[in-house]
Amino acid sequence: MAKGFVAITVERCKGCGFCVEFCPTKVLTLSSAFNSKGYHPPQVVAADKCSGCDLCGMYCPDFAIFGARNAR
Amino acid sequence: MSECLVDIPADAINPVEPYLRSERIPHIWCPGCGIGTTVNCFARALDESKLDLNKVAIVSGIGCTGRVAGYAALDSFHTTHGRAIPFATGLKLANPELQVVVYSGDGDLFAIGGNHFIHAARRNMDLKVICVNNLTYAMTGGQTGPATPDHVISTTSPYGVFEPAFNLVQLAEAAGAAYVARWTTFHVKQLARSMEEVMKKRGFCFIEIISPCPTLYQRRNKMGDGLDTMKFYKQVSKIRNGAPTSECGLTKSGEIVVGKFVDRDRPGYFEMLNAQMTETLGDRYVIPEASSCGDC
Repeated sequence: MAKGFVAITVERCKGCGFCVEFCPTKVLTLSSAFNSKGYHPPQVVAADKCSGCDLCGMYCPDFAIFGARNAR
Repeated sequence: MSECLVDIPADAINPVEPYLRSERIPHIWCPGCGIGTTVNCFARALDESKLDLNKVAIVSGIGCTGRVAGYAALDSFHTTHGRAIPFATGLKLANPELQVVVYSGDGDLFAIGGNHFIHAARRNMDLKVICVNNLTYAMTGGQTGPATPDHVISTTSPYGVFEPAFNLVQLAEAAGAAYVARWTTFHVKQLARSMEEVMKKRGFCFIEIISPCPTLYQRRNKMGDGLDTMKFYKQVSKIRNGAPTSECGLTKSGEIVVGKFVDRDRPGYFEMLNAQMTETLGDRYVIPEASSCGDC
């Protein structure tokens, strides 16, 4: 089981890519799908690698993503 | 549209949500702008510092960063251009119990509000000044500001800036600030820790945050988008805690020295006021107590 998870609020995202670039375990990638404003939000591609460090949440300028650790 | 987007699970709540006015989000800042990241760090610092949010006030001036007060779920004040610090000074004097944070940009704090900044630092007013420095006047269209480095192309300097820029950290130290630090939007952890530290520190504290402005500054100077700028910060910034601030000037593409430069104790405004008045007036002087309004 992964140590943590990320939650994405798709409609807030502006597709800057900070979370994708700075995720230490490379959990995310920018999706090819659009949100209603026409941006490409991130999507989880390697959920099992997520450590729940919340660095994506700290980098996000739009408060659209955060990470949290799973309860053990 | 082959992929489908997964939205946030219903039971998950973003940890910064309690510190934001969620109904006003999405905010107006451009994609790739760093101001949102600084607000994110600020919210986390508030969370960590466990302050009573009824005793925290945030004051902003005008500009892109001036919008921060409107998004923070605190007692927030959006003041006139350059006057965030005098407003905050008044707020602090009237109610010394308040933790007053001034959150504004480089143009607001150092151009039109430059005088207010140096005098508040000189008096060592107990204010926490957070300056998001995007090196330009962003909201008005990218004009040359007091912190724009040499050789940069801007709306008002199409052939390059030739005026020397302010070194904000050196200015703050020289004027008498008790705490001076500089980070970029890449250094989120350090920035959040610094913000938490100033919440506990007494006296005039100053944090400069170098932030990308992809729409105006980076685009005109062919420096890529917000993400490219973050990578650039990662590449050129160097952490040197305690470095002499005179060596920390910014250039267009040179090294960015970051870190905590100054952390000293100076007598605060109230201490100096009380000491002087007690010395002069003796028993006739009554030290003003913090007034607390029973209704709030």
